[in-house]
Amino acid sequence: MSEKPIPLWEVFIRARSGLPHRHCGSVHAPDATMAVQAARDVYTRRGESVSIWVVPSSAIVASDPNDKDQLFEPTADKIYRHPTFYDIPDEVGHM
Amino acid sequence: MYTQALNTQDESGGSRPEDAARLATFQATIDAEEKIEPNDWMPGGYRKTLVRQISQHAHSEVIGMQPEGNWITRAPSLRRKAALLAKIQDEAGHGLYLYAAAETLGVSREELYQQLLSGKAKYSSIFNYPTETWADIGIIGWLVDGAAIMNQIPLCRCSYGPYARAMIRVCKEESFHQRQGYEIMLALCRGTPQQKALAQDALNRWWWPVLMMFGPSDKDSIHSADSARWKIKRFSNDDLRQRFVDATVPQGLYLGLTFPDPNLKLDETSGHWQYGEIDWSEFKRVIAGDGPMNKERMAHRRQTEADGAWVREAAMAYAEKRSRRAAEARQAAE
Repeated sequence: MSEKPIPLWEVFIRARSGLPHRHCGSVHAPDATMAVQAARDVYTRRGESVSIWVVPSSAIVASDPNDKDQLFEPTADKIYRHPTFYDIPDEVGHM
Repeated sequence: MYTQALNTQDESGGSRPEDAARLATFQATIDAEEKIEPNDWMPGGYRKTLVRQISQHAHSEVIGMQPEGNWITRAPSLRRKAALLAKIQDEAGHGLYLYAAAETLGVSREELYQQLLSGKAKYSSIFNYPTETWADIGIIGWLVDGAAIMNQIPLCRCSYGPYARAMIRVCKEESFHQRQGYEIMLALCRGTPQQKALAQDALNRWWWPVLMMFGPSDKDSIHSADSARWKIKRFSNDDLRQRFVDATVPQGLYLGLTFPDPNLKLDETSGHWQYGEIDWSEFKRVIAGDGPMNKERMAHRRQTEADGAWVREAAMAYAEKRSRRAAEARQAAE
């Protein structure tokens, strides 16, 4: 096809205020304005959203799945980061 | 709207010895009912099967807008027209969710779309049948979308995360489609004798093609083993077809319609509705491109694509001009 590829955008929607924006898919659009419009048409036809973010897919930096153990494993043995690690006498009550 | 098991040959993964360890990890993840995500390692056959299935599914949604679009201007009331427009817009949306899911496997939207336009990629056989009367719109919602739901609910638990998530959205929306279709059928069946005759005629024409939507019989099915092991397909074509028949026949009887199958009968012991032999030669013919509407569907899609080219080009040129001017303004300010 001789046409230029249309850029890809990742779409995040906020279901209602108080909740974070959540990734829901992607759209193709020439610019940011059209990406928001396309995201509205594709992902929010039934009141799923009160706010939309679009981000150029090429701007997202992700961790490598191969580094999963190296990045996330070490937290498993740091149980002192959790409140249940500490012994508090029952008489003290809820803390 | 629909994915169909077309059963082209799969390429099996994990044949190279260095992949054995990764393959074991991959299969263990699937066996534990955990999801495979886009950047995870996966065997070539898994990726290829998914790209083919998801893109065929997307193409079906896109082509599936045509038979219904045929009736927008002739819908019998504003209520019906609004519902039909919303339904067709949903089909476009479903196509887009699915293309987005397929793209996470490393194939471009343009490439997938070219496969559809060139005729290399298939779409569901059901959309190669014409919508002759308004009752056909009722049938599409009730039966075609009903069959789609039967097929798609297990796909919500598919092992590939982006596909499963897309299917959850699709299934939520399909329920409206099926109900609006059945409501159309109900109105016709409770109407004049002519209206009821339209409903019966539509059922007569669509029943067998709808049963074919589940794909070839299990005994003629080529693949399935890989798809089942990878938890892409959880139930066989015949299992899903039987569930659909069992769910649908009582709905048809409620409408006061008869099914065009003299062998259809309830088996008291199993509780299943037994149905007659499907004409697989028709299925093969339609898939191969010789159905009643194959040429029209593709010609229409290609024409639409060509007619829209100037819009896409203009939008890209405008976006490029804006970003160039913004860059120049920044430079000038420095």
